[in-house]
Amino acid sequence: MSKLTRHIETFGALLLAVIWISPLVFAFWAAFHTTSDAVNFNVTAPWTLDNFRTAWAGAPWLRYFLNTFILVTVILIGQFILTTLAGFAFAKVTFPGRDFLFILVLMQLFILPEVLIVENYAMVSRLGLFDTILGVGMPYMASAFGIFLMRQAFKGVPMELHEAARVEGCGWFGILWRVYVPLARPTYLAYALVSVSTHWNNFLWPLIVTNSPETRPLTVGLSIFGAPENGVDISVISAATMMSVAPLLIAFLVFQRQFVQAFLRAGIK
Amino acid sequence: MADHVNLERRRQAIYGWLLLAPAGILLTTFAFYPSLSTFWSSLFSRGTRRRPSEFVGGENYADLFADPTFWKVVTNNLLYAGVTIPVSIAIALSMALWANSKIPARGFVRTAYFTPTVLPMIAAANLWLFFYTPGLGVLDQIGSLFGLPSVNWLGQPETALWAVIIVTIWKEAGFFMIFYLAALQTIPEDLKEAADIEGASRWTYTRRIVLPLLMPTTLFIMVNALINSVKLIDHLFILTKGGPNDASKLILYYIWEMAFAFFDAPHAAAMTIMVLVVLGVVAAIKFSYLDKRTHYQ
Repeated sequence: MSKLTRHIETFGALLLAVIWISPLVFAFWAAFHTTSDAVNFNVTAPWTLDNFRTAWAGAPWLRYFLNTFILVTVILIGQFILTTLAGFAFAKVTFPGRDFLFILVLMQLFILPEVLIVENYAMVSRLGLFDTILGVGMPYMASAFGIFLMRQAFKGVPMELHEAARVEGCGWFGILWRVYVPLARPTYLAYALVSVSTHWNNFLWPLIVTNSPETRPLTVGLSIFGAPENGVDISVISAATMMSVAPLLIAFLVFQRQFVQAFLRAGIK
Repeated sequence: MADHVNLERRRQAIYGWLLLAPAGILLTTFAFYPSLSTFWSSLFSRGTRRRPSEFVGGENYADLFADPTFWKVVTNNLLYAGVTIPVSIAIALSMALWANSKIPARGFVRTAYFTPTVLPMIAAANLWLFFYTPGLGVLDQIGSLFGLPSVNWLGQPETALWAVIIVTIWKEAGFFMIFYLAALQTIPEDLKEAADIEGASRWTYTRRIVLPLLMPTTLFIMVNALINSVKLIDHLFILTKGGPNDASKLILYYIWEMAFAFFDAPHAAAMTIMVLVVLGVVAAIKFSYLDKRTHYQ
């Protein structure tokens, strides 16, 4: 009996896995076949790279890749600096109003930047950052989530190390830089993976703030390329989709363990 | 001595505020101030060239409450939340239980479950377009094998929202699985041994021991899923654009449309405020009630 249920469960798990991965597999397969072969499920049809050639010629992908790359880098650097400083203040400095401020920061976890698109659009325009990569990145830099994460990481650092560095003559900044930052390296790595994959995939806000190929990230470029008005066929869309997810997907498959651990570390603490 | 302590305290305060200043300025600029100004602008009429905007109080809200589209969108979003939250949690839980048990090809199974998480929603929508397209799509092809007629999944009001819901579940279940997986690995082995000695079946063990121990994780995931049910709308831009006849339109998409397609910022602001109030209630419940059980310190 229990052997039978075991088999049924294994079957269920595998079936679900196959269903879960199938959209990706179909699109991958379609990307390498002509449209008529793809929609007719002509399994023996020859493979072709034509869809990629057509897709590549149809939009400034290289520019989009570059924009996305710059965007995630700018956001990550901004987040590292701001959340390190703020996280340290919340973890190790005592000053009046700290708890109140921390609650304010936690509130921001629920005031999603996505919901405030209208006013943030006005704000970015007022600052003269409309249609700039900095404008896309700015609202995400002071991430409440990141501040929370860094605070947790810094809290775990023993006070003895702090005191020892102080006796050695380190100032506040020196202690932060030489003691806390190196010890929190796993947290930084985890946060970096989560941040990069979030912003690589972000769409709504960049759609609103960008208005030209020079600033547009991949996701927005992909949505414009695939829009029905453009009449691009399904194999070419699949090719374009594969192209734009390839870097992150390959990175994920190679560093799967780190990725999963990163999401865990970021979520659980 | 007292002077010295006082000086040190004052110095700490200055350091604290200096360290917080950069993050504080950005949070104020892009979260706190916009929240307040959204509220403020939701109280004014939309200015036109002839009639400058003027204070109208709750009129924008009253307009929305009288707008059938608004109610349609709210109903849609409630259904969207009401289906995606429990279903993706249930799937995530079974995924985690399976991915944690000794089954063959466990590595493949885990990877397959988690992969959608690293894809952009836009790409996910493109992949699913291939399934939903009438006549040519995978679903129709499978249906035609069984002699079923072609269905325009995205083009008819009865199915459009469901098609969108399925993509969301597909995208987020694997993400939630990870949290369950982590929680499962913290359950001590002796509990399983004790259950075995007592002769409890695997089902009883799962229901009476594992599920209660996973409760805090479930609550955490629930809050995340709730936020996602407001936030995850990117695929609408590809799949349905909220149509047909607003059948698959969700609140955030409607806010976007109101502000950037109809250029009606005041009504968009009024809707934003309502969403913020709902999120605020969720936040209050989470911080006052749930965090008493799960400690962050």
